[in-house]
Amino acid sequence: MPKRGDFKVEKLSEIAKRRNQIKQRKSDIMAHFNFENNLSELTKLDAPMQRGPLMRWQRKALSLDDQAGAGGSSDRHLSLPEGIAGGLSPRRTRIGSSRTPSKGSKTPLTCRTPNRTPGKTPGNSKKVSGKTPNKKTPLTPHSDRFIPSRSTTDQDLGHYLMMNNENENPLAGGKVDYQQRVTENICKGQQDPQNAKILSFRQKAPQAKEGYLNNLKVLYSSGKCSAPKALSTRQIPQQPDRILDAPELLDDYYLNLLDWSSHNHLALALGGSVYLWNAGNSTVTLLCELESEEEYISCVSWIKEGNILAVGNSTGAVQLWDVSQQKLMRTMGGHAARVGSLAWNSYILSSGCRSGAIHHHDVRVADHQVGTLTSHAQEVCGLQWAPDGRYLASGGNDNLLNVWEGMAEAPVHSFTHHMAAVKAVAWCPWQPSVLASGGGTADRHIRLWNVLTGACLHSVDTNSQVCSILWSSSYKELISGHGFSQNQLIIWKYPAMGRVAELTGHTARVLGLAMSPDGSTVASAAADETIRLWRCFEIDKQRKSSSSKSFKEPVTKSALQRGIR
Amino acid sequence: MAGKLAQKSAITLRGSTDIVAEFFSYGINSILYQRGIYPPETFSRCQKYGLTLLVTTDDTLKKYLAEVLAQIKEWLYSMTVQKLVVVIKSVDTAEVLERWQFDIECDKSAKDPGAKPREKSETDINKEISAVIRQITATVTFLPLLETACVFDLLVYTDKDLDVPDSWGESGPQFISNSEEVRLRSFTTTIHKVDAMVCYKKDD
Repeated sequence: MPKRGDFKVEKLSEIAKRRNQIKQRKSDIMAHFNFENNLSELTKLDAPMQRGPLMRWQRKALSLDDQAGAGGSSDRHLSLPEGIAGGLSPRRTRIGSSRTPSKGSKTPLTCRTPNRTPGKTPGNSKKVSGKTPNKKTPLTPHSDRFIPSRSTTDQDLGHYLMMNNENENPLAGGKVDYQQRVTENICKGQQDPQNAKILSFRQKAPQAKEGYLNNLKVLYSSGKCSAPKALSTRQIPQQPDRILDAPELLDDYYLNLLDWSSHNHLALALGGSVYLWNAGNSTVTLLCELESEEEYISCVSWIKEGNILAVGNSTGAVQLWDVSQQKLMRTMGGHAARVGSLAWNSYILSSGCRSGAIHHHDVRVADHQVGTLTSHAQEVCGLQWAPDGRYLASGGNDNLLNVWEGMAEAPVHSFTHHMAAVKAVAWCPWQPSVLASGGGTADRHIRLWNVLTGACLHSVDTNSQVCSILWSSSYKELISGHGFSQNQLIIWKYPAMGRVAELTGHTARVLGLAMSPDGSTVASAAADETIRLWRCFEIDKQRKSSSSKSFKEPVTKSALQRGIR
Repeated sequence: MAGKLAQKSAITLRGSTDIVAEFFSYGINSILYQRGIYPPETFSRCQKYGLTLLVTTDDTLKKYLAEVLAQIKEWLYSMTVQKLVVVIKSVDTAEVLERWQFDIECDKSAKDPGAKPREKSETDINKEISAVIRQITATVTFLPLLETACVFDLLVYTDKDLDVPDSWGESGPQFISNSEEVRLRSFTTTIHKVDAMVCYKKDD
């Protein structure tokens, strides 16, 4: 019979054995559980691998740490994936080794899921993309494979919706009603479309020839179109001589805000003020200003003698200013709307109005209005007297170009060839019966006329809105200002009308041109609020001396000035 | 026929149909020229309504327009036409790019045999017509470019009970899906009133 003590010992050992057995059992079971867990984790691939062999980078990190010899117990945590997630990147080491953390270390690999599929869940990928603009591929060769997470898509609902959409009649239910209302509105309710039959001729219209391309695209699209090669026998500087600033210049095609006097003063209307620029010494003077904010200056024109400036404004009044004394000499009313154009013929000042009326003013007498012409139906934007004073040419927004003889009430010619507003009107200085006119956006042509016979001598397509034309006697050439798309000035050879040069530089459409008294420089005002001075008709010293009897006679102060009241 | 004398002011039904048909002929030619459907070299100038208008010189096109307009004139006389539509389509995609619609309102009382001829001077009518044609010309400033080669078609909206001649067939309205519309001016001869409007595809 065993002794009591023996039994105890035995019991203990038995208990110990038992315990070991249970432990073993447990571990076995746990092992089974672990195995199952591992298996399910592996198959799911959504969650990080809790237990498993270390990734190669983890192993590397471990080895590095070992090498470094930093014996921190936390090193051991590298074995656990969670430890990695604690903030250490596979590349980063605690001792600054040669492997410095590159930007690429902030790649998706630094996210909380250090396994092979970075940025899978939407939340993670968002965070990651916010951090790193450039995603460098890791040095380790294992691939990044994007496996989408379908946990958020409701497959069933999507399938149902897709299947249903195919079968749905697009006009089912309330849609028919809507269609009806739409067609009603389109027909403006006049006629119920059901009441009308729509017929079309069976035989269709002939098509345009093969290969015909709509050339409007060339005209109306910006960009340097291939212009015909210009022939130039002289050197014309492609850059302006000077550029003057013109802030608040009104971008209105119908106004004439620029003029150059025979005393070499350039008058410019900016909003409600008129400025004079002395071209000789480059000084600027403010001549006058309108008090009211709503009113603006709509036209300026120098008298031939150069000492008086006529200023037309938006109220319909024309003011005469003595420039040397900077004094207002007189104000002439009578127009119902703004005065967009002015033209001098010795003591007669003609003014063109937005109403289409042209008034002749005799500036010497108190009762100034001596003539009224009403042949234009819309704004008169181009107005000029011939150099010999015999004819007056007027162009309007009604596309008419009228030629009047003297003070006659009816025009002697009324040309309708232009298909847009005729603002550019210019008489030839050396041939008193030749007139040049230019049309607006829808027309783009420059036409030369003989007003004695009424014939159109020449017509050139400029491919751009024409705002102004000037003649150059010294070179027998014309210069025209244009708008979209090049905003250029073109110099033409007269009478052949070939292009001599094109001057580009303005960044918005040219609004007006003026020529210097010596004929060498042309000033162009444009909607880009600049005035550019182009020295395109350079005075050749030899030519000047040969033609000493130039067209510019010495201008004497006539009795006219004393006569203006 | 309403006389061509400037001072004549009585407008009869026959005269009014002539005026309106003539307007359509010049109007359609202007649209074809301005939109570049046919090469501009095939157009020649003529004076009408105090304007210089361009008409086509192409024979097939002239014949086509003449036939169509003759029929439209008949319908105008019988007051059975409601609208005339010029549809501009791209050749390749057959997509409608522009739609010029002329609405015609007829004063039916003028058909009565005892009706007095209306009083309106021809110069006034011509002025109104020239305003419409000038507007058509000016539309080029805002209409989008027609990039591809285009062809045009004419649609006529008539009364439902009309006898359709053999040379004409039924067609759909050919609306533009994403369109911008601009109303132009109108003119009236007191018997016929013509409104004009252009619809074009919005440039996205």
